[in-house]
Amino acid sequence: MEFPFVLLIGLFFAAAVYLMLSKFLVRVLLGVVLLGNGVNLLLFTNGRILREIPPIIPEGHDVPATLTANALPQALILTAIVISFSFFAFLLVLVYRAYQDLGTDNGNEMRLAEPEDDPLPPTGY
Amino acid sequence: MAANPADLSAALVLTPVPAADWLVVLPPAWCLLVGAVLLMLRKSLHLQALIAIPALAVLVVIDALLLAHVAANGPVTMVMGRWLPPFGIAFTADLTGVLFALAGAVVAFAGSVHALADIDASGRRYGFYPFLLLLMAGVSGAFLTGDIFNLYVWFEVLLISSFGLITLGSEPRQIDGAIKYAFLNLVATTLFLVTTGYLYGIFGTLNMADIAVKAAAGRAELPLMTLATLYFLAFGMKAAAFPVNFWLPASYHTPRVVVSALFAGLLTKVGIYALLRTLVMLFPVEREELSFLIAIVGVATMLLGALGALGQSDIRRLLGYVVISGIGVILAGLSLGSPGGIGGAIFYALHSMVVMTALYMAAGLAGRLAGSFDLNRLGGLYSRSALFSALSLVLFFAASGLPPFSGFWPKVMVAKAAIDIGAWWLTASVFLAGFLTTIALGRVFALAYWRAEVRGLPAQSIPASALLPLAGLTALTVVFGLFPDALLSLVQHAEQSLANPDAYIGSVFPGGK
Repeated sequence: MEFPFVLLIGLFFAAAVYLMLSKFLVRVLLGVVLLGNGVNLLLFTNGRILREIPPIIPEGHDVPATLTANALPQALILTAIVISFSFFAFLLVLVYRAYQDLGTDNGNEMRLAEPEDDPLPPTGY
Repeated sequence: MAANPADLSAALVLTPVPAADWLVVLPPAWCLLVGAVLLMLRKSLHLQALIAIPALAVLVVIDALLLAHVAANGPVTMVMGRWLPPFGIAFTADLTGVLFALAGAVVAFAGSVHALADIDASGRRYGFYPFLLLLMAGVSGAFLTGDIFNLYVWFEVLLISSFGLITLGSEPRQIDGAIKYAFLNLVATTLFLVTTGYLYGIFGTLNMADIAVKAAAGRAELPLMTLATLYFLAFGMKAAAFPVNFWLPASYHTPRVVVSALFAGLLTKVGIYALLRTLVMLFPVEREELSFLIAIVGVATMLLGALGALGQSDIRRLLGYVVISGIGVILAGLSLGSPGGIGGAIFYALHSMVVMTALYMAAGLAGRLAGSFDLNRLGGLYSRSALFSALSLVLFFAASGLPPFSGFWPKVMVAKAAIDIGAWWLTASVFLAGFLTTIALGRVFALAYWRAEVRGLPAQSIPASALLPLAGLTALTVVFGLFPDALLSLVQHAEQSLANPDAYIGSVFPGGK
C-alpha cells in the first residue's frame, strides 16, 4: 500500500516545486499548499498504511500480535494540517491585499521595498 | 481495574517535580499566558504596555534563574503530562538553550521599552504587544524544548507571530516585504517538517536525547547524511545563510524599526540555535563530513553580507546585510567544530542578538532625528546629540568586531580555531568581512553623524524610553567586551555539553538508556 503513496508524494512535490518557481503569487501560493499536503502524506506514509487492523494488544501480550498502523504520525499530521491550513489562510489574505495595494500579482513587479533605481551611497562628503 | 494493577512507574513520572525544575517550562508558558491576557485586553490600549513590559522583565528574571539553576546542576528536564521520555514531550534546558533564551528575553525586554516611543496607537490597536509576547513564547519554546517535532511547532508559533508584526501598519512597502518574508520562511519550515518526517521514519522517536543515542548506536547503516544535509538547508534558510538568504534584505527594512530590531535579534538566531542543536548534538559525525561545505557557505555569507552593506544607501537595508555577515561568522565557527569553533559560534550569536537589535534601534533614532534613512540625505547627527552618536559609534565598532567590545572575542575564538586546523583562508575571510563591515559602518558614521547638516530640520529630542534600552544594550556589549571571562567560561561549558551530550541524555533518561 505504501508504494503508490510514495509515487503520489513525489508527484505532489514535483508539482509544488514547479508551481513555486512561477513569478505569479497565486501559483506560488498553490505550490505552497501542495507542498504542505505532500509533507502531510509523507508523514502519514511513515506510520505504515494498513486497513482495518485495530491497534489492540491481546491479553497476555506486550505488543500487538500483527503489524498495525502507527498512530503517532497521524497525530503529527493533525498538528501539521492545522498549521499549514492557518498559514494558507494568512497567505491568501496577504496575497489578496498585495494585489489590492500593489496592483499586481507578479513577483517581478513588486519592487516597492527594493526599488530598482535606489541610489548608491555617496562617494564623498 | 484493581484486579490487574499496572506498574505505572514504567510509563509515568510518579515523584513530584522539584519546584526549581518548573523553571524549564515557565518561559513559554508565561509568555503564552500574558499574550492571551493582552489579546483579551486589546481594546485597552493604555494597559498593553503596562502589562507587557513588566511581564517581559519577569521573563528575563525567569531565564536568569534558569541559567543559574542549569549552570549549577547541569541540564534540567521536565516532561509534559508526566509521561516518561521518549513517550512524553520533554523540555530540556542545557546551557546553550538557556543562554540563547536569556539573551532573547533581554532583547525583547529592551524592544518592548523602545516600542513605547516607536509604536503609535494604531500599532498598539493592531496588537504589537500580544504579538511580541507570542513571538517570545515561540522563541523561548524553541530554545528550551527537547523534542524535535515540538521544535517545529514552536517555529510555527514564532513565525505566525512574526507575520503579525511584520505587517503591522499595512503600508504597501510592508506588504511587499511581508510577501517575500512569509513565503520563503514558510518553505523553510516545511523543509524542516519534511526532514523531521524522514527522521521519525528512521528512528521512530522525536526526543532529541533519544535520537542522539540511537544515531550514535546505528550510525553505520542509517542514512544520516540525508538528514544532516536537509537540516542544514532548512535551518540555513531560517538563519539567512547564502544562497538562501535573500528574503532577509528584501523584508527586514520594511516594518516598524523596533520590529526590525526584534527580528534581527531573535529570528535568524533561532535558526542558528537549531543548526547547533541538530548538527552538533545529534549528527556530529555528519557535521564533520559537511564541514567544508559549511565553511564555504559561511565565507560566502559573510562576504556577501559585508559587500551588500557597502552598496546600500538606506541604513536599515545596510543593517540587514550586516546581520547576514554575522551569520557567516557563526557558520564559520560551526564548520570548525569543537573545541573553539562552536563556542565562538554561540558567543557570536549572543553578541549579535544584542548588538543587531541595538543597531536597528539606533538606525530608527537616526531616522527620527534627521528625517531620513538615506545616506545621501542624512547628516549632522553628532551636533544634534553627542550621547546618541557615542552610543552608535560603540555599536558600529562592536558589530565590526573591533576591541574592546563584545564582537571581538568570538571572532578571536573562530579565527584561532581556524588557524589551529590550518584553514588560513577561513581566518582571512573573517578578518576581511570584519574590515569591510568596518568601512561600511564607518562610512555611515562619517556621513550621517559627522557631516554638516544639509538643511534645517525641526529640533527633535530623543525620548528617554527610546534612549534607555539602546544605552542598556550598548552597556552590555561594553561590559562583555571588557570582562568576557564569565561569559567565556559559560560559553565553553555550553560548547562542551553540546559536543558531548552525556549530561543532556542523562537528564532526560535518569535511569540510563
